[in-house]
Amino acid sequence: MTQIVAATGNEAVANALRQVEPDVCAAYPITPQTELMQRFSSFVSDGKVKTELILVESEHSALSACIGAAAAGGRVATATSSQGLALMWEMLYIASGFRLPIVMAVVNRALSSPINIHCDHSDAMGARDSGWIQLWSENAQEAYDNTIQAFRVAEHMDIRLPVMICYDGFIISHSIERIEYLDDDVVKNFVGEYKPLYPLLDVDNPKSYGPLILPDLYMEVRRAHAEVYKNVAKVVLEVAEEFKKTSGRSYGLFESYRLDDAEIGIVILNSAAGTTKDVIDEYRDKGVKIGLLKPRLFRPFPYEEIGKALKHLKAVCVFDRADAFGGSFGPLYLDIATSLYHYRKKPVLINKIYGLGGRDYMPEHAEAVIEELIKIAKTGRVRSYKEYIGVRE
Amino acid sequence: MIGWKQIPPGMVILEAGSALKIKTGSWRAAYKPRWIEENCIQCLLCWLYCPDNAVKVEDGKRQDFDYEYCKGCGLCALECPGKKGNKAIVMEEEVR
Ligand code: SF4
Ligand code: SF4
Repeated sequence: MTQIVAATGNEAVANALRQVEPDVCAAYPITPQTELMQRFSSFVSDGKVKTELILVESEHSALSACIGAAAAGGRVATATSSQGLALMWEMLYIASGFRLPIVMAVVNRALSSPINIHCDHSDAMGARDSGWIQLWSENAQEAYDNTIQAFRVAEHMDIRLPVMICYDGFIISHSIERIEYLDDDVVKNFVGEYKPLYPLLDVDNPKSYGPLILPDLYMEVRRAHAEVYKNVAKVVLEVAEEFKKTSGRSYGLFESYRLDDAEIGIVILNSAAGTTKDVIDEYRDKGVKIGLLKPRLFRPFPYEEIGKALKHLKAVCVFDRADAFGGSFGPLYLDIATSLYHYRKKPVLINKIYGLGGRDYMPEHAEAVIEELIKIAKTGRVRSYKEYIGVRE
Repeated sequence: MIGWKQIPPGMVILEAGSALKIKTGSWRAAYKPRWIEENCIQCLLCWLYCPDNAVKVEDGKRQDFDYEYCKGCGLCALECPGKKGNKAIVMEEEVR
């Protein structure tokens, strides 16, 4: 029986971790993730889970301990935000290179400097080429559902890669929403018993992790690694299909909202998609053919499927909650542009940088951009390809 | 050399003791350890510290160096306690 509760995003993800009950969890507190692991550590001290909780002195150590535990043969989870993820940088690549199915919640927060504890996506975007799968979540329900599905995706024998579940700091992590929890035994059955691939603790079959690979073999190792990412989208969809049977909730590689017959569109990640959908409904009522695409699987980026979903539009705005300083456009824009590049007929593409460091994203921001897209679709004239919105001059 | 399709997941090496195939003795540049048996107290610290397979042990007893694997790092000589202050390993210049 499903349980309907009022809970914060962090509470929901902590509950998902309790239901999955990983063997090992190593974490270090950082706002706005802290509440998640604090709640999970209460489950450990109250004897609700048998997880071995390792309290470490930094995030670098947290992920190092997770890597050791996963290589030893355990099911492993952790969580972080912002500077914590930045401090894990070196170990992120090692976790994916070793093909360890670690699951990590990333509660999105701006990177220093200036220091700021509120939401933007610069932390996870900075880790987008580290070889971790990334599942992004609009609200607490999606963060909960993605966490449960992440274990199945990470641990699939065709994949064996670490997964990040991204959701917006404070906006989702600390706001109370209506959430449907699955029953404990349903979640336990869904994730199933953990099957290690090459456990170091299987001492009868000794093995070595992390050998030195020099120029005579490094290319082959990386080429083999690149091949694995081709399997991810298929497995994400299979797991989502099965999850739908247990929960009734559907997930894909991305969400298409009123996109099929649309002429203009918006691409946006995470919580701001909710606000945008409301504004889109208002414009639809006025007869404007507009839709939205919200990526869920951001890494590996399903560029073929996304290209197909957007190519028929006349004008598209990609919203980025992170800039790529010194680069050309925001990180999401770059992937969307690449997805469309090979089509002869494609939409005009503009980029807005919004919501940095927790700056509110308001309906009027979406309205202004939609007005701009309507003009571009009509005239083909573009005032500016990239600009910051919601900023004082 | 193997192609990319033969690479195991995570490049985990599943064959135990495969490092024996790499003869690191060719890395030795200038110095080579010499074992002085009469000063040896069989503590096996040299075996423990040697980063390669150059210190052979049989039936719990230290044997002579296997120079095919000795890279000449000198760790064994540094760690060797020897007998009454006399080292059982000394590094000597080697002309190759
Ligand atoms: S010199 Fe180094 S490599 Fe050679 S035997 Fe001593 S410790 Fe081993
Ligand atoms: S460290 Fe020195 S004393 Fe000890 S076993 Fe080796 S050679 Fe002998």
